Amino acid sequence: MGLIFEGDNFSAFAEGFLRTIELSALSALFALLLGFVLAAFRVSPVPVLRWFATAWVTIFRNTPLTLLFFAVTFVLPQLDVHFESFTVAVIALSAYTGSFVCEVLRAGINTVPLGQAEAARSLGMGFGQTLGLVVLPQAARSVISPMGSVFIALPRNSAIAGAFNVPELFSVQKHLTEQSYGIFEIFIWIALAYLAISFTINALFSTLERRLAVAR
Amino acid sequence: MTENSAELRDAAPLVALRGVNKHYGALHVLQDIDLEIAQGEVVVLIGPSGSGKSTLCRTINRLETIDSGSIEVDGKPLPAEGRELARLRAQVGMVFQSFNLFSHKTVLENVVLAQVKVGKVAKAEAEKTARELLERVGVGAQADKYPSQLSGGQQQRVAIARALAMNPKVMLFDEPTSALDPEMVNEVLEVMRSLATRGMTMVVVTHEMGFARSAANRVLFMADGKIVEENTPDAFFTAPRTDRAKDFLSKILQH
Repeated sequence: MGLIFEGDNFSAFAEGFLRTIELSALSALFALLLGFVLAAFRVSPVPVLRWFATAWVTIFRNTPLTLLFFAVTFVLPQLDVHFESFTVAVIALSAYTGSFVCEVLRAGINTVPLGQAEAARSLGMGFGQTLGLVVLPQAARSVISPMGSVFIALPRNSAIAGAFNVPELFSVQKHLTEQSYGIFEIFIWIALAYLAISFTINALFSTLERRLAVAR
Repeated sequence: MTENSAELRDAAPLVALRGVNKHYGALHVLQDIDLEIAQGEVVVLIGPSGSGKSTLCRTINRLETIDSGSIEVDGKPLPAEGRELARLRAQVGMVFQSFNLFSHKTVLENVVLAQVKVGKVAKAEAEKTARELLERVGVGAQADKYPSQLSGGQQQRVAIARALAMNPKVMLFDEPTSALDPEMVNEVLEVMRSLATRGMTMVVVTHEMGFARSAANRVLFMADGKIVEENTPDAFFTAPRTDRAKDFLSKILQH
């Protein structure tokens, strides 16, 4: 089991680990932003925006992530748009995860009684104020737990980037296999690293959930 | 109060509905509604459930859209959804059957929020106004509690204070006491009665005939999407003209 400490294995492993964290964190940030915008579109009074967000969610939530990586990797260059593989991975992961964030938010918005939005509007609040000051804060509590699931899935989904030239955690496995270490040992180390990331995210969301429960 | 309603109506109306129609699918919920409400007038809408009275009340601040006709508030036609409409809604107070207090905010914050975010009032001043209004409706001591910690009657009085904080030109009450336990109905009606005495223009959808009798300038009786009868409360309750009104009154006033 000591393979990780032999030769330059540790630095390769650490590099992959940090890359995965970087990739996940950036994608999480963009997915969150995108998800909020899409959710606002989905409940907006403007039909075109609703239509756009619905189409986005339908396409990206129902397509295999690998296919999406292929699409971004091979279609964008044909449109003469060139990104390095890390950027491609961030785009694919954000577009995909954003559609899940949107649906979680929308489900949360739907748990808030309609009367809350009516009261806000009848006091003169616009669409943005109604959503931001009244509806979303009340949706937050019911949203935290499913949102946690979405963001725990993200680093694990990011493993696909390894097959698309991003030297992240999962691709370290190739590097180690080439040095003829046992496949079982390699996988255990990599699994442990993913577990560490997932546990951290889980802890983060549990804390958030407790905080919001106290603050009603 | 009832004797001056005729002279009230001589001035330009504060709220005017002309030829208003609305359908819910095949159901014609509002049929050619014409209605003018004068400054300072208290109009009570009564009628069987499903008659369209709540819908009518909700069209006045465009929570319900209409299919045809026109609605004017203070001489201006209701704008389409957007900034203009939001500005108008701030001048039309609304009190709901289910209170609809913001459950994540304290009582004080409920009354402060729109003053600051919509009316651009400074926070300290908004809080002062809020405390005065909460005091006036008798829930000053509850300012720092959350809505769920209050009784229904207290919540509804906070909702009235929240609407008043925007300094509305007219107040709409959509069955404000229908969700309350019987012993709490009066505390809310008292607040509404005092508002009426202070000259607030009010449209009230209610089943409280006592309130209609004592506080209204005018009673509108609605059935099947139409205003069937319109009179002073005294005349309406003692000598209803239409069979529908007679039938309705006999059903609710027999005990």
